[in-house]
Amino acid sequence: MTETKSGADTPVRSSAVPMVKAEDVHKSFGYVEVLKGIDLEVKTGEVFCLIGPSGSGKSTFLRCINHLEKVNAGKLYVDGELVGYRQKGDKLYELKDSEVALKRRDIGMVFQRFNLFPHMTAVENVIEAPVQVKGTSKAQARERAMQLLERVGLADKAGNYPSQLSGGQQQRVAIARALAMDPKLMLFDEPTSALDPELVGDVLDVMRDLAESGMTMVVVTHEMGFAREVGDSLVFMDGGVVVESGNPREVLTNPQHERTQAFLSKVL
Amino acid sequence: MTVENTKTDGPVDVPPAGPEAIKAIPVRHYGRYVSAVIALALMAGVVYAFSQGKINWGAIPDYFFDGRVLQGVGKTLLITVLSMTIGIGGGILLAVMRLSKNPVTSSIAWFYIWFFRGTPVLVQLVVWFNLGLVFEYINLGPIYKDQWSDFMTPFLTALLGLGLNEAAYMAEICRAGLLAVDEGQTEAAHALGMSHAKTLRRIVIPQAMRVIVPPTGNEVINMLKTTSLVSVVQYSELFRVAQDIGQTSGAPAEMLFLAAAWYLLLTSIFSVGQYYLERYYARGSSRSLPPTVFQKIKSNMLSFSRPKGGLA
Repeated sequence: MTETKSGADTPVRSSAVPMVKAEDVHKSFGYVEVLKGIDLEVKTGEVFCLIGPSGSGKSTFLRCINHLEKVNAGKLYVDGELVGYRQKGDKLYELKDSEVALKRRDIGMVFQRFNLFPHMTAVENVIEAPVQVKGTSKAQARERAMQLLERVGLADKAGNYPSQLSGGQQQRVAIARALAMDPKLMLFDEPTSALDPELVGDVLDVMRDLAESGMTMVVVTHEMGFAREVGDSLVFMDGGVVVESGNPREVLTNPQHERTQAFLSKVL
Repeated sequence: MTVENTKTDGPVDVPPAGPEAIKAIPVRHYGRYVSAVIALALMAGVVYAFSQGKINWGAIPDYFFDGRVLQGVGKTLLITVLSMTIGIGGGILLAVMRLSKNPVTSSIAWFYIWFFRGTPVLVQLVVWFNLGLVFEYINLGPIYKDQWSDFMTPFLTALLGLGLNEAAYMAEICRAGLLAVDEGQTEAAHALGMSHAKTLRRIVIPQAMRVIVPPTGNEVINMLKTTSLVSVVQYSELFRVAQDIGQTSGAPAEMLFLAAAWYLLLTSIFSVGQYYLERYYARGSSRSLPPTVFQKIKSNMLSFSRPKGGLA
């Protein structure tokens, strides 16, 4: 894997510890096993794309990373620390809700359905977590929020409620909201799947800009163009397992596995 | 009301993409005029019958602003507001308890709701009043100690009886409201590192309010009327006062009408307040706020006086 972008300005954090490391991760909902042993590694500073048909478990895996879903078996590490548990000797202790919340501060998440808080304006959405969770002063949070909204191109919509914004605008506010916590890792769960085709570009532009700034990003997506252009690594999942992984440009143009070939022939 | 003008079903010559607005004769609703006349006639009949009855109508205005009546009204309002406060606070607490993952708290809430919703409020009021049979003294250590009958005044009985019963009903209303908020909201808040309590307080409850407020308004109005039951534990609210005056002044039926008029007046005022509260919690959920009462009346009046067949 060639580090094409982030190398220029932030080589500092590309240490030995990967940002996300999964070892044989399993997850079941009742009797249905959704993840059947996922092994993968996301390096600090890279854009990591997860593709695959729906039901392949990619969103579930993403939600395991910030413990919105509990892993049933295997180990999942974020920045060298176990997700959801503390290990003492060979025993695992479940983390308290407050400890889980503390870890989630550093992981931003962007949802397919945006999930903006509808009773707050755009800028209120962005300042909510810094003020309520980190205890940042309102004035300071607002100043930073305006910078972030500027960055996603929505400074003029700061006072609008989500219902007064288009889907693409809502998603960009959602990205600004996640960035307001200064996360070290950003998770994107099909961020453009609920958008009109003409609005997808604006959101992808913001994500591209974010990638260039050196943010570590795990992106579940159906946008092969984005994966090819911005991605550093790509994993193709199907049926709860990793089928193929590697450099996105290579996997997308010359897939080795027959299942990958079949999938790509349909979506490309 | 402008909608009606566009609902034309006769043959209409629509100019091809012309900028000129359609001029059409609206559908005539003759049935409405007929039914209005019938309804008015029936009402006039009822009013006439009452005016001919053996009721001394003059007694009502005489006592309407009587000092005792006004005091009763004040007490009715006080009990309504305080027991609703207990009801809403307790209701939210019980709803959160019921939805909690902790089996102990959710069972306690379930039991509370089962008991207080399953017994008549009138019975509960009387039981509170007579609890001295079980607890002779109330003893809070060094802070307070008294005989139960002295402690449980009519006021406190009314407050506890109505408030605790109301909490059980409010719990179900609040639970419905909390469940109506999209799960994605909780997830988004959790993903930002917010705790359960903060997520509830800042994200879920404000959105649940939109669902909770309309039935709560209903409960307030219900409570206002239910306070009349408190008369059985000797609390001198509106209904009790009206009965007392009726017995001494020799106009018992008249005083009941007086009480009814006061209740109607108070519930009407509450209804207006409820409308504005709903409007407040609707912010963000629709692109434009619903019109205020005055705006509504204004637009209705305009549509009423609009000439037939004309256009807005």
